[in-house]
Amino acid sequence: MKMEIDAITKTFGRTTALHPVSLNIPQGALVALLGPSGSGKTTLLRILGGLEFPTAGRVLFDGADVSRLSVQERRAGFVFQSYALFRHMTVFENIAYGLRARPRAVRPAQAEIARRVNDLLRLIQLPDIGARYPSQLSGGQRQRVALARALAIEPQTMLLDEPFGALDAQVRKELRAGLRDIHDQTGLTTIFVTHDQDEAMALADLVVVMSMGRIEQIGRPQDIVAAPATDFVRRFIAA
Amino acid sequence: MTVAALAPVTSERPAVRFTLIAVAVVGMALLVLAPLVVVFAEALAQGWTAALDSLSNKDAQSAIRLTLTVAAIAVPMNAIFGVAAAWAITKFDFHGKAILITLIDLPFSVSPVVAGLCIVLLFGANSSVGGWLVTQGYPVVFALPGIVLATLFITFPVVARELIPLMIEQGRTEEEAALTLGASGWHTFWTVTLPNIRWALLYGVLLCNARAMGEFGAIAVVSGRIRGQTATMPITIEMLYNEYLSVAAFTLAAVLALLALVTLALKTALELRHADQIAAIGHP
Repeated sequence: MKMEIDAITKTFGRTTALHPVSLNIPQGALVALLGPSGSGKTTLLRILGGLEFPTAGRVLFDGADVSRLSVQERRAGFVFQSYALFRHMTVFENIAYGLRARPRAVRPAQAEIARRVNDLLRLIQLPDIGARYPSQLSGGQRQRVALARALAIEPQTMLLDEPFGALDAQVRKELRAGLRDIHDQTGLTTIFVTHDQDEAMALADLVVVMSMGRIEQIGRPQDIVAAPATDFVRRFIAA
Repeated sequence: MTVAALAPVTSERPAVRFTLIAVAVVGMALLVLAPLVVVFAEALAQGWTAALDSLSNKDAQSAIRLTLTVAAIAVPMNAIFGVAAAWAITKFDFHGKAILITLIDLPFSVSPVVAGLCIVLLFGANSSVGGWLVTQGYPVVFALPGIVLATLFITFPVVARELIPLMIEQGRTEEEAALTLGASGWHTFWTVTLPNIRWALLYGVLLCNARAMGEFGAIAVVSGRIRGQTATMPITIEMLYNEYLSVAAFTLAAVLALLALVTLALKTALELRHADQIAAIGHP
């Protein structure tokens, strides 16, 4: 799915989180929103997912205005920074949640739900953890379960908020490859937020550098490294 | 040196440990256990028959019935109010939130007697609302509605107070996750919010129940203390005690204490049965 962000503004009371921000994301791209904390990258991601509504501007999915659509209607697979797994449910129940929450008429049968959950557990290469609770998993396992849970609803797009933020360096490297694989297998337009320029450069097709609620530069990783558009970008990618 | 190095760093010398444990045990025994033992001992001072006889008295039976009725109405209502208030306060941002939190705590800071007097002033036969209700045949003060109202007021903060710190700690992201997965707000509440708070809710309900059944001050004012009609268990106990009917007073007191002990036992049994689940959720 291709996405257009058309002059989005967001203010919280007197503070402005996003100055007018515009951005086009091509079908199937893996995009990094890169910037320091407070740059507005998470706010932009939450607006795309329908968790926040913009003060002004429009969001278009495949040319259709979805600005007024509720979070449920957006069908965006969202992975939260701390994963937000349902702690009182097993891994299986977590992944099945989106399917079971559907209205009865479009809800898959039990056997179909089980088949899909097991397929997703294989996709994240953790086929045997369905019966465990989130508290019994490592950080890396939790992240992959959160991915599977978001994929279960057959999303139109994947939105990930600091997907590697809570992990140590070794696991982080492994999971980068995991996210790339899943993106390539599903072909979903994927946007992830990060403050780590290595991660953005290593993983993304397109990097959007943000600072203080504005977009500083949009480009392929190698182009940004070769020709930083502003002083901020130069300093940030050198850090 | 080596022995000292092997002992856990948070440990104290045996003499200190013994003294601290002894102080805790003796304090506990004096403050908590001894009164309970005395209540049961006094109740049974003249044997089982005398105690059971005093319970078969129709005023005692009426008191037990009234207290159970009031708790059965007030506790579910305050459980619902408490969950609604805690949900609103912890999951949404709105103007006047600080005032709402203060208002919820108000019944804890106001003396129950004052609360009772306020209800008499608002709904008594001499007030306009109360006078009208009396002419319609629904008196509030000196009747069941007044007692329920006083109990609702006194126990209002209990459930909300139990839930708010836990729900603040749990945050909103699990709810947000459920919404992104397509669940409606209502479905999210039943499948995510409520299961996450169920143990705190149960504890709040038990505490609320104990407070509801034991309330004295506010009910002493609004009930009019009519024997056999508006006298709850605590009111009846006091009246019996003032009349030197100590077996009857202590027997009724023992029943009140037993009701509380049963609810505590119930909670412990549930916790033991669901220990693995509680461990998984990560809070009692």
